[in-house]
Amino acid sequence: MKGLLIISGLGILAMLAEVFKFKKLLLPLVLLGIVAAFAFNFMEWNTGLSIPYFDNMIGFDKPALAFSGIILATAFFWFILANDYFEEDTNLVDHFALVLFALVGALMLTSFKNMTTLFLGVEIMSIPLYVLAASKKHDMKSNEAGFKYLIMGSFASAFLLFGIALIYGASGSFDLHKISDYISANANDLPMFFYVGVVMMLVAMCFKVSAAPFHFWTPDVYEGSPTLITALMSTVVKTAAFAAILRLFLVDFAGVNELWKGILATVIALSLIIANFTAAMQTSVKRMLAYSSISHAAFMLMVILANVRSNLSLDAIIYYSLAYSVGSIAAFGVLYNVSRKGDETYSAFNGLAKRNPALALCMAVAMFSLAGIPVTAGFFAKYFVFTAMIGTPYKWLLILAVLTSVVGVYYYLKVIIAMYFGKAETTEKIAVEKSQLFVIVFTTLATLAIGIVPSFVAEMFKF
Amino acid sequence: MLAGLLIIFPLVAAVLVFFTKDGASNFNSTTATGDAVVSFGKKNTARNLAFAASIVEFLLALVAICPVEYAPDSALLNLNCTWVESLGIHFAVSIDSLSLLMVLLTTFLVPLIILSSFKTNYENANSFYGLILFMQMALIGVFTANDGFLFYVFWELALIPIYFICLLWGGENRGQITFKFFVYTLFGSLFMLIGLIYLYNHTNVDGQKSWAVQALYDAGRSLTATQQSAVFWLIFIAFAIKMPIFPFHTWQPDTYVTAPTQGTMLLSGIMLKMGTFGLIKWLLPVVPLGLQEWGNTAIILSVIGIVYASCIAIAQKDFKRLIAYSSIAHVGLISAGILSGNQQGVQGAIMQMLAHGVNVVGLFFIADILLRHTGTRDMDKLGGIRSMNGNFAVLFLIIVLGSVALPLTNGFVGEFLLINGVYQYSAYIAAFAGLTIILGAVYMFRAYQNIMLGEKKSSFIEFGSIAKSDKVVLIVIVIAIIAFGVYPAPLNYFAEVAAQTILNK
Repeated sequence: MKGLLIISGLGILAMLAEVFKFKKLLLPLVLLGIVAAFAFNFMEWNTGLSIPYFDNMIGFDKPALAFSGIILATAFFWFILANDYFEEDTNLVDHFALVLFALVGALMLTSFKNMTTLFLGVEIMSIPLYVLAASKKHDMKSNEAGFKYLIMGSFASAFLLFGIALIYGASGSFDLHKISDYISANANDLPMFFYVGVVMMLVAMCFKVSAAPFHFWTPDVYEGSPTLITALMSTVVKTAAFAAILRLFLVDFAGVNELWKGILATVIALSLIIANFTAAMQTSVKRMLAYSSISHAAFMLMVILANVRSNLSLDAIIYYSLAYSVGSIAAFGVLYNVSRKGDETYSAFNGLAKRNPALALCMAVAMFSLAGIPVTAGFFAKYFVFTAMIGTPYKWLLILAVLTSVVGVYYYLKVIIAMYFGKAETTEKIAVEKSQLFVIVFTTLATLAIGIVPSFVAEMFKF
Repeated sequence: MLAGLLIIFPLVAAVLVFFTKDGASNFNSTTATGDAVVSFGKKNTARNLAFAASIVEFLLALVAICPVEYAPDSALLNLNCTWVESLGIHFAVSIDSLSLLMVLLTTFLVPLIILSSFKTNYENANSFYGLILFMQMALIGVFTANDGFLFYVFWELALIPIYFICLLWGGENRGQITFKFFVYTLFGSLFMLIGLIYLYNHTNVDGQKSWAVQALYDAGRSLTATQQSAVFWLIFIAFAIKMPIFPFHTWQPDTYVTAPTQGTMLLSGIMLKMGTFGLIKWLLPVVPLGLQEWGNTAIILSVIGIVYASCIAIAQKDFKRLIAYSSIAHVGLISAGILSGNQQGVQGAIMQMLAHGVNVVGLFFIADILLRHTGTRDMDKLGGIRSMNGNFAVLFLIIVLGSVALPLTNGFVGEFLLINGVYQYSAYIAAFAGLTIILGAVYMFRAYQNIMLGEKKSSFIEFGSIAKSDKVVLIVIVIAIIAFGVYPAPLNYFAEVAAQTILNK
């Protein structure tokens, strides 16, 4: 809870920076604040108490703290990576404040105990992102991205709100526990509109994690937004949205799982097929990563499908989020540096092994991790999903996942082939700022480390 | 201990080699990436270091022979540390008769493979040799792993270095071909992973799930026939692709031809054995009922592969491609022998794996020497080399004889046992499998005749003499062929024990 307060305070502080002229100090302050938030987060974890706040509107239990930890850590590295994104822009403070407020929304999504908090979290997280997506003001594509995201996002919010309203209508409460109790008390005669409400919420959340067929905004928004904002969307936002789904569907709507399981299975199957085959056809690496994020979303949804009411799925999703976030930060960090001249296609990666061997190696590890090759983090993430799925009746989905992840290897390897085999137009070296290189190398090493010693993470997040 | 050491040592050596400076000097040159560039007067620290390391590794492997025979349970051979406790994953490696033979094969071949590269100067030599050693680490891991999960991890790890070796130093069109190879094999592996997880979910050691090999065996046998059949196919596909068995072989000829010689040697000499080894250790004892149900189909596929690949081999003009197809034929027989599931079959398969590993490395090396000395591997353009270099002709001939399994060469023992084993399974199938002897002789001797005998062709000027390091490789291979042809008893002993242990498990 203290973490959430600190990040909110930082956001307000960032807005004041212009007035009181401490713009230069802002980045160190933000980093310091995030570290402090992380530290408080960690202390709360150790005390092991889950205190509800504001009349049980919000509460940081262990899963919430774990997800918050991942989000804060990712944000920390993101800010280091993004330091020159802030420098070259004129509206420095606004961007800081927006990102920080998005972060506040993300933290709320990990810890809501009440439907209204959920809605607030979604909106607080999304609205800054609409603006950030369009933050390259003179770029048509960036404007398009922001606009598209806003329209589609509002649509999804409407769905969410309508769903909440219907559920409230049936159960008479916004409180997650009361809704859960209501379901178990009236298991056999729930009104029709309650089911409709659950499905509408599912649709809204699938939109937020960009699962097919609600994914159409993703490639355009990811491509149009500045690369670093895309990195933020595919890591922090994804993690937060999954934390929310996990809480909603595994804990509170578990009683009606027969209803949403079939829908979820269809969503997963569609996401796997559409995302992987479309990704294979992309020429832009950024778009490819957008589609790949859809396919990873499908994998995480599979865990939710596989294990209702079990800690195993919690472990698996937390591990998956961590592995995916770490790998993505590395990949987007490299992409950001490679595509400085505006070329985001595979050909921009041609000959990277000669132009900057360190970046190429990091990108190779990140790609192997996203493709799920041992001994990277991505492999264990996939392994946990497979293990979770194998005991379920959805074996066809498992086979589909295997087949499509082979397709996945195709487009990840294309990057590696381009880097090591493609002929570059220039032999000019790519210079990388030290702080950025640190983030890229660190996340790469982390990818390997949590791949080699997965028990470290598993032990850390024991529930 | 020793098993762990055998894995760690090449890894450490690989890292050291990777960070040696020489070879990086060409890094900024604008010549095509990875094409072999002949340059003179360059220091070869990386190469020499890698060679020394591989020799040490071989000596280490030799140490294991005595304990395997006299003290199989000693701590020297077994290592078992916890890796991921909550999932029952252990870093468990051990050397028994079967893995001893495979480890010996690997550690024997890797120095030869490195030595064979002495006359080719690769760009970025440090990466090249580092990757070879890294690959050796993974291969030894595959052969010694006693934990299903660890086996899978090493199995995948072996793929990465060979992928880069083929991608960076391969020939024409390597991007596409290595890519097909990677995706094809990964496709199989993922199904194997599913199969293994399925078994793991059925394990029960004191109420806990376990990845230990024995637990997986027990779990496999507790399944119903239908379940076993499913697991059989899930796992079999991975091995079938790796070996490869018809109709999963389409990646193989292109990859073998495109890969740099050392890559081809690694692929055919050792990596192929991962598939056959997998059949013996990770399939045969796991799903006996599945094997009963589907073993026949798999054997028929293997035998089709023998005849099919042999026929295609006869029609080849490129010597390297011919060897690639001959390899499919040989491995078809090996797999048929294993799947027949009797003592002779399995024992013969193990013997033939060793013999084939040595012979095929020899043959690919011959192809490499031919290319270096004449500029072509096209058999129509070659001829009359015997009159130019008699020594080379003799060495080549002995390797060919080993490959067609003439008595008193190493190939004979294995092939004899294999056909015997398949015959016990079914005489009809053995009749077709036996065609490999005749067809093998046809394509190998024709190739020899075309290349070495007859009139000298105008397409090349002079063959010249063979470099010392090349000669050493050929002579060592020839000695191995003859020695283990005349006196196969030591290897045969271990192969027999290995086959017995597997079949009695």
